[in-house]
Amino acid sequence: MNPANYLYLSALLFTIGAAGVLIRRNAIVVFMCVELMLNACNLAFVTFSRLHGNLDGQVIAFFTMVVAAAEVVVGLAIIVSIFRSRHSASVDDANLMKL
Amino acid sequence: MSASSVHSLWTTAAPVADKFPTPHIEYAQLSPVLIVLGAAALGVLVEAFLPRRSRYTAQVALAALGLAAAFAAIVALADKGYGTTKAHIAAMGAVAVDGPALFLQGTILLVGFVAIFTFAERRLDPRAHGNQVDSFAAQGSAVPGSDQEKAAVRAGFTSTEVFPLLMFAVGGMLIFPAANDLLTLFVALEVFSLPLYILCALARRNRLMSQEAAVKYFLLGAFSSAFLLFGIALLYGYAGTVSYSGISSVIDGTAPMNPALADTTGNDALLLIGLAMVAMGLLFKVGAVPFHMWTPDVYQGAPTPVTGFMASATKVAAFGALLRLLYVVLPGMRWDWRPVMWGVAILTMLAGAVIAVTQTDVKRLLAYSSIAHAGFILAGVIATTPDGISSVLFYLAAYSFVTLGAFAVVTLVRDAGGEATHLSRWAGLGRRSPLVAAVFAVFLLAFAGIPLTSGFAGKFAVFTAAAQGGAMPLVIVGVISSAIAAFFYIRVIVLMFFSEPKPDGPTVAVPSLMTSTAIAVGVAVTLVLGLAPQYFLDLADKAGIFVR
Repeated sequence: MNPANYLYLSALLFTIGAAGVLIRRNAIVVFMCVELMLNACNLAFVTFSRLHGNLDGQVIAFFTMVVAAAEVVVGLAIIVSIFRSRHSASVDDANLMKL
Repeated sequence: MSASSVHSLWTTAAPVADKFPTPHIEYAQLSPVLIVLGAAALGVLVEAFLPRRSRYTAQVALAALGLAAAFAAIVALADKGYGTTKAHIAAMGAVAVDGPALFLQGTILLVGFVAIFTFAERRLDPRAHGNQVDSFAAQGSAVPGSDQEKAAVRAGFTSTEVFPLLMFAVGGMLIFPAANDLLTLFVALEVFSLPLYILCALARRNRLMSQEAAVKYFLLGAFSSAFLLFGIALLYGYAGTVSYSGISSVIDGTAPMNPALADTTGNDALLLIGLAMVAMGLLFKVGAVPFHMWTPDVYQGAPTPVTGFMASATKVAAFGALLRLLYVVLPGMRWDWRPVMWGVAILTMLAGAVIAVTQTDVKRLLAYSSIAHAGFILAGVIATTPDGISSVLFYLAAYSFVTLGAFAVVTLVRDAGGEATHLSRWAGLGRRSPLVAAVFAVFLLAFAGIPLTSGFAGKFAVFTAAAQGGAMPLVIVGVISSAIAAFFYIRVIVLMFFSEPKPDGPTVAVPSLMTSTAIAVGVAVTLVLGLAPQYFLDLADKAGIFVR
């Protein structure tokens, strides 16, 4: 199979993730969409690694996974803390500061 | 002039590495980063094993010692010539040790060192149940206003975790401008961003606003770093490597070709879209329009000491990374990126200055002013001349201390609810506390770029470099937006000195030696860089050569 198809898939996943970040209102779902974007990047890295015949891309995919895991730790902590004080995880409710 | 001869204006060639080199880490050259990250890890252990009452002293001492030792290591490296003649690439091509890297790392370390003083200040907030408290929440996990929080305050808890978090952030920022491949760039970005997200959420007063700032910063920051990562993936796809020198030689057409590379380099879309997405990620971090939306909210909501640190050090690190990317990797593409950067710089300067005029909150005002300053610095970046590099380095050093000092002054003006940041509350401050108002006026004049302050020297250097680099229209826009910006800085000064103080106005808290030192350092650097900038300009000039 032509490896370029994986690139199309990765671009598609990235776009779905980016669109989700922009249109979904729940902070947890927004965050999941960001994770989808990171995983789309991983797919692109691995595919390019195959195309070029070197291992850099596969190694980078591991680094991305570790970074994504660290981001989950920090992100969920922040989202849970704001949820507990407001009883809402909607990003529209976070509007104390305007202009 | 050919692409490679232009390239040699601001880069020197590094010795070519062997094809399969044995892993080799130059610990001595990497020591500043290692010291800071080591101190951060020790700080986590202190948090885990020391009794609560002795943590504060231990953490402050550890952080200050770590940063001072790392700065000494930077000075030693620069003294040995690693900034000039011995500049090279360390850690298997991952980290560059050269003039711009050492200069910016030194700046970040000094900024971090001064920031520790503002973090450790414990005399501004009134005592809670007899315990001295700082600007940070008693317990980050406790719900604001809950019984758990009240119990934590009564027990005298403080979040001493902020010091290791600060150190991790500084560690990431040290790597960021020195990163010499795109993977290191991404990892460094996350290493300094994640602690900053947490620090933003930890304000003692206005917890809800602080948590909101953290959520906004985190979601937008993660979104932008996903873009950066996809950009890295595309550049890797184009060049088959993530190392800066590798990508630049593929762009210049000097890299050895193979069939796979011939296939991907035939596809300019990979390069152009990848470049755009990586630039997007970096412009988000510097707060350039149109990626600036997070700046005012995060600056306003975060605890003020954190805002000061974030506003100055993040900008230094992110501009360092942007400079290296544009000057080392992409000079062959400068006809593609310069027009875009022109647009971004013009938008940033004008939008920052114009929107700042309408602001009524001191912290938001400073946030928009930092956006405008990002535009001025971008004008220097666009110059693509050796002078462009050194003027940006100088501007960053000058700007970061002014910002740090200005936010430290903001922590002093207080009323019953904590800091009084609404501008109307600052009316007549100069009558009531002339010294504090005068110091803040010095910082505002430096932001405005009035002669005899560091702001003037910095702006002059940047605009001169931009004009010589053929960006005269940018300079004109820059001067116009400086004039607009001067209007609202002067308005604040007039408000402080020439209006009647309100009877229920805020009081100026008397700080301990810590914050006083931080503000004094800010004033001293502002005046020294303004009155006698030549030594530092020469230093920046000497440091202005990237290693390739």
